[in-house]
Amino acid sequence: MTKKIRILIAKPGLDGHDRGAKYVARALKDAGYEVIYTGIRQTPDAIVKTAIQEDVDFIGLSLLSGAHNELFPKVVDLLKLKNADDIIIFGGGVIPESDIPGLKEKGIRAVFTPGTPIKDIIAYIESAK
Amino acid sequence: MQNLANQILKQDIRAIARSISLIENETDISQKEALIDTLHPHCGNAIVWGITGPPGAGKSSLLDRFIEHLRQSNKKVAVIAVDPSSPFSGGAILGDRLRMQKHATDDGVFIRSMASRGHLGGVAGATADAIKVFDAAGFDYVIIETIGVGQTEIEVMELSDIVLLVLVPGLGDEIQAMKAGVMEIGDIFIINKKDLDGADRLKSEIEYVLSLKDSMESASNHSICMTSATQNDGIGDALAQIHSYFSSLHDDGRLAQKRKERIEKELKHIATTKIMASANRFLNIDQRLNDWVEEVFQKKASPYKLLNKKIGEFLQELNWQ
Repeated sequence: MTKKIRILIAKPGLDGHDRGAKYVARALKDAGYEVIYTGIRQTPDAIVKTAIQEDVDFIGLSLLSGAHNELFPKVVDLLKLKNADDIIIFGGGVIPESDIPGLKEKGIRAVFTPGTPIKDIIAYIESAK
Repeated sequence: MQNLANQILKQDIRAIARSISLIENETDISQKEALIDTLHPHCGNAIVWGITGPPGAGKSSLLDRFIEHLRQSNKKVAVIAVDPSSPFSGGAILGDRLRMQKHATDDGVFIRSMASRGHLGGVAGATADAIKVFDAAGFDYVIIETIGVGQTEIEVMELSDIVLLVLVPGLGDEIQAMKAGVMEIGDIFIINKKDLDGADRLKSEIEYVLSLKDSMESASNHSICMTSATQNDGIGDALAQIHSYFSSLHDDGRLAQKRKERIEKELKHIATTKIMASANRFLNIDQRLNDWVEEVFQKKASPYKLLNKKIGEFLQELNWQ
């Protein structure tokens, strides 16, 4: 048997818009991955603890409220603190192009903005796994 | 391996999580076997509950409340929540923990979602060994939440000390409750969403079915509780009944009996799997299957005769006959 890729799709912060996150979760399931979905309004601490218990390979963070510069790096830092920074973090949502370089510098390995075809996300996961 | 086992015994969260992946992925069978064998002497202290029932009955929401109460008495709780894998893509959406996510930051609670990966019977193939990891790591309770598809979901009974069957009003008449299968595996019957119409009727139907069963088995003492998980109603009472049922199992020796039966099933399962694997290797079934299919399709051979002959040859080679 081969190892199954497990992905946590999580929504940090107070934003309650989860249609995008659910769409990505379902598409990744159809691509053959095991997807764990946390639901909305998660703290970075809850996301990191969930990722560790579920032993995921990737965390996909979705945020539409504008707090991504604050919350995404927090998840990266907490993972490092728990010696779990082998877990790859990518992000998505309403994120201005100008914020992407800064997020990547802080350890968000890829950012997918609205309109990204799902096959791009799958291609990224396949190349990074 | 000793190292990973030691970390589990020290309750290292990452080690526990990784060892469950090791069990699930079956990428290194000998490593998995060594791990389980090393943990074996440390197992047997956890109380194992299975929670089953139809989709939407409220299994996860009830579990969320149970965890709340168990944590108040400082018990450590591990949950294995099983959801189905897609038979087409092999992927899965694991969403049970969504309803228990308020416990995510509590170090005394470990929730692990598990995809069925094609295993039938309502749990995953890796569930039995994953229970051992949590047991050895010192969790007081290990709770398995099944997929919840219905009548064939009986494997959870073989894995747990107590099975909680969660039912809701409005799923059908009493004939559903009399059918063989899932109704027979419950130790404690929980009618959730008790505020809905028909909850009392469901209770009397279950009482009726159980009274027929109890009149034939003197040892059974099922109890029925009514809860509303979302309104946090009846939870304490349900837990009290579960605890008292467990005490009676423990005191009259049925618990030891159940656990022995579990070991018996486990040994049989390991034996069958291993014999199958070696037979497959010797008979080279995968490679020869195409030829056999062709022979049977063209009516040059019949299935039983063909395989009796092949297996006979194999056993002769081993000098078993």
